[in-house]
Amino acid sequence: MTAVAGMGQLVRVAARRDRIMLPAWIYVLTAVVASTAYSLKTAYPTAADRAELAAGVGHNPSIAAIYGAAYSSSLGAIIAWRAGLIAAIGCALMSIFLVIMHTRGDEEAGRAELLGATAVGRQAPLAAGLALALGACTVLGLLIMVVCVLLGQPAAGSLALGLEVAAAGWVFAGVAVVSAQLTTSARSARGIASGVLGVAYLLRAVGDANPGVSWLTWVSPLGWSEELHPFAAERWWLLLLSVAATVGLSALAWALAARRDVGSGLLPDRPGRPEAAGWLRNPLALAWRLQRGWFWGWLAGFAVAGVVLGAAAHGIGALLSSQQVRQDLYRYGGHAGLVNTYFVVLFTESAIVAAAYAVSATLRLHSEETEQRAEPVLAAPVGRIRWAAGHLLTAAAGPAAMLAVIGAAAGVAYGTHGGMGHQVLRLLGAGLAQVPTAWIMVGVAVAVFGLLPRLTVGLSWGVLAVAALVSIVGPLVRLNHWVLDISPFVHAPKLPGTAFTATPLLWLTGAAVLLTALGLAALRRRDFG
Amino acid sequence: MTAAIDVAGLRKSFGQTRALDGLDLTVATGEVHGFLGPNGAGKTTTIRILLGLLRADGGTATLLGGDPWSEATTLHKRLAYVPGDVTLWPNLSGGEIIDLLGRLRGGLDAKRRDELLERFELDPAKKARAYSKGNRQKVALVAALASGAELLILDEPTSGLDPLMEAAFREAVEDLTRAGTTVLLSSHILSEVEALCDRVTIIRAGRAVDSGALADLRHLTRASVDAELAAPPSGLAGLAGVHDLDVIGTRVRCQVDNSALDEVLRRLTAAGVRSLVCQPPTLEELFLRHYSADPGADGPGEPGEHAGVAGGERQ
Repeated sequence: MTAVAGMGQLVRVAARRDRIMLPAWIYVLTAVVASTAYSLKTAYPTAADRAELAAGVGHNPSIAAIYGAAYSSSLGAIIAWRAGLIAAIGCALMSIFLVIMHTRGDEEAGRAELLGATAVGRQAPLAAGLALALGACTVLGLLIMVVCVLLGQPAAGSLALGLEVAAAGWVFAGVAVVSAQLTTSARSARGIASGVLGVAYLLRAVGDANPGVSWLTWVSPLGWSEELHPFAAERWWLLLLSVAATVGLSALAWALAARRDVGSGLLPDRPGRPEAAGWLRNPLALAWRLQRGWFWGWLAGFAVAGVVLGAAAHGIGALLSSQQVRQDLYRYGGHAGLVNTYFVVLFTESAIVAAAYAVSATLRLHSEETEQRAEPVLAAPVGRIRWAAGHLLTAAAGPAAMLAVIGAAAGVAYGTHGGMGHQVLRLLGAGLAQVPTAWIMVGVAVAVFGLLPRLTVGLSWGVLAVAALVSIVGPLVRLNHWVLDISPFVHAPKLPGTAFTATPLLWLTGAAVLLTALGLAALRRRDFG
Repeated sequence: MTAAIDVAGLRKSFGQTRALDGLDLTVATGEVHGFLGPNGAGKTTTIRILLGLLRADGGTATLLGGDPWSEATTLHKRLAYVPGDVTLWPNLSGGEIIDLLGRLRGGLDAKRRDELLERFELDPAKKARAYSKGNRQKVALVAALASGAELLILDEPTSGLDPLMEAAFREAVEDLTRAGTTVLLSSHILSEVEALCDRVTIIRAGRAVDSGALADLRHLTRASVDAELAAPPSGLAGLAGVHDLDVIGTRVRCQVDNSALDEVLRRLTAAGVRSLVCQPPTLEELFLRHYSADPGADGPGEPGEHAGVAGGERQ
């Protein structure tokens, strides 16, 4: 087939370009499943523990909305319930990023044009991007199967769990390759595909929580994955649905790509403003103009998550009926009620996600430098510090806004049963108390950017990944406190539920400021560009 | 006359690569100075040092009477810059970028902006991702030319423009230089430099190999002579200062040192001249001469032995 001539070559080039990021994605997602499985195995050692947990979960709509339903009380089924959907979402995101980077991303950057002029078929980049993503999802699925088998779970169920995750990735590779045909910018294509993923999650959340509309689960590709029922009388035929959707979407994208020009999209480009808005007149305004779309998207995500997770807190007693889990959660955080502990965990995890936003906003400094867009700004009377400050303010304000929103939204949703004003204030405060941990990550990224510019991206994400993993998995596997202490996420006050102390917040903020100052001082002295 | 740019003995290395090796460059206030050299010669590195983006390893650089590294921000109020490879924020329109860059510099002349947009036939409402290379270059050019800065630093500013737009660019620069703007124009497009520049500095492998007014530099090279005679010429072959002599019957072509021109013409007219074309050297020839010789040897190289240019370009 001449349309895909040179595809093998393209897959090899793409795999080489992704030689760090791709294994990192697969490793992290495998590690999430493995650590969840391991901690559940330790936390619910007996069948009675698990039966109690499954019974509680089975009757709790708000928990089912988040994790899906548990279909049996075997250890495998509990693992699949707790980790399956999360890993499936992670796999879908990996798929979206891979496919769009190698299709629309290359097209936008002009690399596709360079390739298109060689003896490479018209559809080869599309096919290569898809092949790479489908392959990566399949490898991830197989690794998850291996992990479960190593933990002593039945092979068939392990395979089903692996395929649950992989199938979500396949379908969203299809979604991504279609959205790559729609817009001229990779960023918007990623936005559309991620939006579809968000809708798919919400559809099945409503369907799982409310038996009256359980058909909604069946509309969502994530629902097809869930309904495979790993470790609980697997329904293998559901894989056909995912495979059919993947093939159908890919064929659609193929047909769309055949009808359009290279570089163009099916949706019309909106024209921009012929003149700049009056406020676009300094580096801070520029940073906001560049980051605002991304910022609003994240903020909306935090608001929705706050409402869903806040509402879920009503059912927390049922979930945590096992004595062992209670003990584990006490070890994690506060000393008051279980609901407080649940919120402590929620806000710690939110802080990690907000820190990811902060790191990506800070890394804008790096991409502006390497892609030479900073040069014209610095050739104007704008010092390096002022230029950097614009992006850093956005990076620092982002997590503060997001944690405030998730706290307030959770307060509103949890307060519907009374005392809303009190809950909103209490949870808003608890959310805000986590902000300095995200600022530390801004500080780390700036310090690396100033001192070791070549390592900026890898080191910044690496430090965040280690800090997050230590704080999530550390307490469950009883890590030594010296190791635990390296993660800033462990040090924020355990709110709500314990007395507020400002000391840790002050030194976390101080450390963030110090790291930022160090990075900026180095930035002033080094060669730029 | 004071110097807008004064660079002496400038050195800069990137790891093993020596980008600048004792560069000298002087640009007088009010002049248009051509900065000529092949890719990798060190033009962009020099400009990035002048903009305070890179710190020199050695030598001195003075820009508008100040230190380009430590006084970068204040000096940048007085200059405008067009990079050789213009990258823009893909989701901003050209108009937004022009206004932003102007305002960062303290405001731009709105009338002049609109006039330049028209002259360059640029649609300011398009998002930058939809612009071709030439249109991206126009965005940077309009922003710089409308800035009212006293010094323009232009790094290969016309590399993406078509000939019509190149002409528009020349006109716009001529307007500004009449008003007293100083221009440093880095280029390897020789006709552009010939048309616009008062003086040139030619650099190669991080070092200035020649600098001066175009008229002075022409002394260094030969005129090319092409004549149709009534009878075969005599006595040209052994003459000092005559090179590449090619005689076919009554047709004579050769390269002549300016010092020997008088004698050559005498011998041609002795044979009877039917037609004669005698051209001053183009900058192309000047250029070839400098890059065909070894960096150390300053004697004239043989035309036609244009050597490949060594050295890695840092972009």
